[in-house]
Amino acid sequence: MDIIVCVKHVPETAEADIKIDASGKAVEKSGLVFDINEWDDYALEEAVRLKEKLGGTVTAITLGSEEADNTLRKCLARGADKAVRLTDPKFEGSDGYATAKILSKAIKDMPFNLILTGAQAGDDGSAVVGVIIAELLGISHATMVKKVEPSGDAIRLNRELEGGLEEVLEVKLPAVLSIQTGINEPRYVSIMGIRKAMQKEIKVIGLSGIGLSESEVGEVGSWILTQKMCVPPVEKQAEFLKGSPDEVASKISEILKAKGLL
Amino acid sequence: MAEIFVLAEHRQGQVRDVTYEMLTKGRELAQKANAQLTAVLLGKDAKNHATALSTHVNNVLLVEDAKLENFNSDAYQKVLSHLINEYKPMLTLIGHTSYGLDLAPSLAVSLNAPLATDCIDIGFENEALTVTRQMYGGKVNVTVTLRKAESYIVTVRQAAFQVKSDSALNGQVTEVPSPLSEEITSKRFVQYVLPPPGGVDITAAEVLVGVGRGIKDVANIPQVEELAKTLGGVLACSRPIVDKGWLPNDRQVGSSGKTVKPKFYLALGISGAFQHVLGMKSSDLIIAVNKDAKAPIFGVADYGVVEDLFKIVGPLKTKVQELKGQKVS
Repeated sequence: MDIIVCVKHVPETAEADIKIDASGKAVEKSGLVFDINEWDDYALEEAVRLKEKLGGTVTAITLGSEEADNTLRKCLARGADKAVRLTDPKFEGSDGYATAKILSKAIKDMPFNLILTGAQAGDDGSAVVGVIIAELLGISHATMVKKVEPSGDAIRLNRELEGGLEEVLEVKLPAVLSIQTGINEPRYVSIMGIRKAMQKEIKVIGLSGIGLSESEVGEVGSWILTQKMCVPPVEKQAEFLKGSPDEVASKISEILKAKGLL
Repeated sequence: MAEIFVLAEHRQGQVRDVTYEMLTKGRELAQKANAQLTAVLLGKDAKNHATALSTHVNNVLLVEDAKLENFNSDAYQKVLSHLINEYKPMLTLIGHTSYGLDLAPSLAVSLNAPLATDCIDIGFENEALTVTRQMYGGKVNVTVTLRKAESYIVTVRQAAFQVKSDSALNGQVTEVPSPLSEEITSKRFVQYVLPPPGGVDITAAEVLVGVGRGIKDVANIPQVEELAKTLGGVLACSRPIVDKGWLPNDRQVGSSGKTVKPKFYLALGISGAFQHVLGMKSSDLIIAVNKDAKAPIFGVADYGVVEDLFKIVGPLKTKVQELKGQKVS
């Protein structure tokens, strides 16, 4: 089975301090640590596991700057066979729709049975790219995938619904699946593995290589345009308990006692 | 007359909450834009839902078909494309749910209608559709405008809008013949799978200690479990802890896990992504410990501590034992 995995190089923000930059339309990137998007990490692992079971190839593809090579190298180290980076100044400002147009054009001429993406990206959280690629390529799709079992010309899969419920679907191949976290346990990458991956070639493709016009990509080719960013307004703010850990622990236990919780 | 569509989401015989949340927002938008509010209901034997929805809208468009018995995004896309082409609504609201995620992007492409997802506010400004959504795990709000078009699609975050008890409307139910002529073969629903019953029911606990990414390592689980026991409670967690396999999924609090309402919820190293907050915000007392003073969890907590959770866990256990008159271990 030949599998293409779409990955994104994003800043790790779960525990980072985020600041909005002077433009008011983006966040300060300096000081942030970039890595493979968490959901894509599970998608890549799932692709490599399918390849190990069924044979075939795994190609990692990304849209991004040269720095995204770090994410592609990680994919190569983890078992991807090939890596492709789509880079062009004209791609900048692309939303999920423009990104999906660019990716689908690049993927169209590659051999594949399956395309995997993460269920969403940790930065913009749009959760649209995989499904749009499927629609543009005229193939089936499923999102929020928690289990994948290929059977002949179809895939039997579990989708995550709300409240812990899942649904089982059968989806015809070729297909795009967007993968939810927790589907597997992404493998550890050794330093040796990364070193080896440093020698592999990363194919770089620009706007002229994909057959789209300038007006179809970047901001002009997008559905949504960023106006401004702000820190979310808080409706309610916790009362902060201050002091040494011992003092704070005393305050918490007094609160609990006063509420009859001890 | 201009029209706003709301796609009614339902599953296993229940209309889901997000539907009424969208109808509340949809009604406000429709009033401002002098538009009709229409609920679109697709299903098999769904007339009872149509009647229930009719008091919230001007119209219910009901399409019944055996092929719509269970949600199938390909079937829904065909029917909705047909209805949107026919009625030309200025805006279609769809839940940013597992169903909506599977449907909205491909529907938008097929209709050439601009799409914005996971929106927490929606408004028309100078005829342009402007929405607010979040980025970076809820740490930033971003206002975006959609490229000008005749019809837009927006997916709406669950619980972003509170249902208001507006005066009842007397909506008409219009039955539309199903445009589905053939079986949908690209995608087939097989069955629902219920989570296996776990050993612990966190929804029944009066005290919950919830742990998140800040716990760092599976080796740190026992010490927070000890604290939970000392507090007379049970250990729960946010999604990443289950994804890593550190706790079983019956301990997960949030939109994809359980909704809990304990008397006391202690959040340790949980940043407070909205999916988690959805599951615990109704707790009577919430205290959060997090290193990042800007973590969204402090927006729902009653009390907050900006500190490394590991510095608090030990002393808190000791103090609680002292106050309970237990032997300090």
